[in-house]
Amino acid sequence: MSTPYTAKPLQLAALLLILMISWLLWSGLFKPLLIGLGLFSCLLSLWLAKRMGFFRHAMPLQAMLRLPALWWWVLKEVVKSSLEVTRVILTPSLPIQPGLVELTSSEKTDTGKVILGNSITLSPGTVTIDMDEDQLLVHCLTRDSAAGLRSGEAERRIARLGLD
Amino acid sequence: MIDTILNVLSWILLCSGGFFVLAGGIGALRLPEFYTRLHAASLTETMATILIFSGMVLQAGLSLASVKLVAIMLFLLLTAPTASYALANAALQSGLRPESEGEEHQA
Repeated sequence: MSTPYTAKPLQLAALLLILMISWLLWSGLFKPLLIGLGLFSCLLSLWLAKRMGFFRHAMPLQAMLRLPALWWWVLKEVVKSSLEVTRVILTPSLPIQPGLVELTSSEKTDTGKVILGNSITLSPGTVTIDMDEDQLLVHCLTRDSAAGLRSGEAERRIARLGLD
Repeated sequence: MIDTILNVLSWILLCSGGFFVLAGGIGALRLPEFYTRLHAASLTETMATILIFSGMVLQAGLSLASVKLVAIMLFLLLTAPTASYALANAALQSGLRPESEGEEHQA
């Protein structure tokens, strides 16, 4: 964690370019003052990102290209579990069986762990409440959602990104 | 013709998004303790966000506005779970234990 990481100039340039393009697309105004402010903001963001260790967690490009497939799967999960949670909430007897599930993640990179934790939180019915090294503590609303977690499918999908 | 279809589709998306916001609100009121209420909030955060933004993209058509809408949706979907985690983790750290009906399961 504490090992200093020096960002490659190419990485810095790429981020600056992306930031500048986003600024121009967002503002749509090409006055010198606004472009100057934009440049200042982009450089400030670049410096902050470098300071935060943003580049240490940089994702390989191949993994980034595989992201849409993961998102598609997460989207399907979100729809499924949303309907389930809505059904539970609107049932008069409120049939919840809250519980905790402890998962051991095999993700080695911080990026992989964040994606795993966030994907779990994103689907209603499961919320990641603690993450310590490779242990995840997840709160589940129903027993079904806990069962879904234990199947470890999210883990497998994320491993497919090939982050490490 | 295409316009009408898109309009209808977009309204269906917007209305179902509204329905999930409502369901999330009802859930936040009906569910007991803090941790279960988080689940209701995530209903609004994810499903409703996706549906409402998709509906708005259909209204905006093929334009820069749509690109911005999709980008905002992605930002929301990336930051919302992080915020939920911060909230839940803060509660856990300060000693609020979740009520659990079942035993603690080990995967």
